[in-house]
Amino acid sequence: MSVPAELRYTAEHEWVSIEGATATVGITDFAARALGDVVYVSLPAEGAAVTAEEPCGEVESTKSVSDLYAPVDGEVTEINGDLDDDPGLVNSDPYGAGWMFRVQLSGGSDAPLPGLLSPAEYEELTKESD
Amino acid sequence: MPGSPSNAEDGVKPQSPALRATPLLAEHERLGATLTGFAGWRMPLRYGSETAEHQAVRQAAGLFDLSHMGEITVTGPEAAAALDYALTGTLSAVAPGRARYTMMCAEDGGVLDDLVVYRPGDEEYMVVANAANTPTVLAELQSRASGFTAQVTDRTEEYALIALQGPEAVGILAPLTDLDLGEVKYYAGYPGTVAGRPVFVARTGYTGEDGFELFTAAGDAEPVWTALAAAGAPAGLVPAGLAARDTLRLEAGMPLYGNELGPDMTPYDAGLGRVVKLDKPGGFVGGAALAERSKAGPERVLAGLTMASRRVPRHGYTVLAGGQPAGTVTSGAPSPTLGQPIALAYLAPEVVSGNGADELAVDIRGRAEVAQLTDLPFYRRSRA
Repeated sequence: MSVPAELRYTAEHEWVSIEGATATVGITDFAARALGDVVYVSLPAEGAAVTAEEPCGEVESTKSVSDLYAPVDGEVTEINGDLDDDPGLVNSDPYGAGWMFRVQLSGGSDAPLPGLLSPAEYEELTKESD
Repeated sequence: MPGSPSNAEDGVKPQSPALRATPLLAEHERLGATLTGFAGWRMPLRYGSETAEHQAVRQAAGLFDLSHMGEITVTGPEAAAALDYALTGTLSAVAPGRARYTMMCAEDGGVLDDLVVYRPGDEEYMVVANAANTPTVLAELQSRASGFTAQVTDRTEEYALIALQGPEAVGILAPLTDLDLGEVKYYAGYPGTVAGRPVFVARTGYTGEDGFELFTAAGDAEPVWTALAAAGAPAGLVPAGLAARDTLRLEAGMPLYGNELGPDMTPYDAGLGRVVKLDKPGGFVGGAALAERSKAGPERVLAGLTMASRRVPRHGYTVLAGGQPAGTVTSGAPSPTLGQPIALAYLAPEVVSGNGADELAVDIRGRAEVAQLTDLPFYRRSRA
């Protein structure tokens, strides 16, 4: 299971990559493995406002459906349209081609981002729930 | 984010020491399986992609460990009579070497389990029960057979069960067995050998494909499994887990106990009245109640639904007809073969027999998604 060091995480198993005032969001390798084959991802609309720790989409797999949580406050600027044709990208490349959406941070690039976990903290969490 | 286990799973952590291990557990671990707690057993959920495992069974072959299933033998001069009394079918009419799908019902007609019963010999039957129901089936068989000269024995621990399913199954098994598979017809089973080990070879399964279920001594499971895996790999055989087994049986329209069948349902509800032989001599447990139910007609009908949306109906979701509740989803999954979600649901009879004026939908977490009534099974293999 991989937990890239340059990312931050949520307790709900999303990853976040922050570049300036833009956050890119996906679900972790741990989550993708637990779900099994992802067959459909419902994403927030471009332009939609999302709120940290609130559901903004859902991920359907063979055996279950899970809410997708927004890790940060902001406005959705881009969604990964490739997932519509190939939701399996979430399994095959969760931190790359399987990314889900981008958010313009409402607090800008200097905004504090409470509640996000470090890679070490996230790894600890997955060990507990393993 | 990861969803909770489906209702078919225990929610017990697969590492829990309370779970029973099949004789093939070490093999599953070696193969890197994702394990899950299922009916008190530690079982492979998937080895890699469950969709790929599903497709392999449809197009080539899959190998399943079903050693959690219960094997109960009923033997003796009155074994046939005891089973006629204990179960809904006429097991005395099953020829030696053949098998039958049947059910055990309670006095009130509710289904206690659905079963496959093999008759290896005149005075010898093997009842194969769902893992979660094996203790009930054993206790009921013992009690129901008590007035007969018949012995009921739980042999679950002695047996492993390996299923080889898919269009390549015959070609994979034939060189490994001493049996002429052309003589092993659908729903037949004979003692023979596989890879030199004694195996009871049955042409049964739960996937909608041709294939075999192989009962071996627990100690022979690993050599038989590895021989089949090695012989089948060039033909595209892969190990397949419970996740693929569930979507395969759902496409084939086969009921799963706990979803489509249960103590509050009769065989008639599930559209399986054909397994109830009301007029067999001597009567049987549940016969009186089932005779009443057969006259009254079912209160609900098991039907197939195909979804327009990609959102998946799940167990327990409400089906709507003209916006009003009209039934409940019992099983639902994305269908790898159809490429869209499918479901089994219990619906009010008038919805199924109606003229289709009421648009059907499934309430998927607060949003009505359009559903189409679909004849069962969703998938039927083309026969060579």
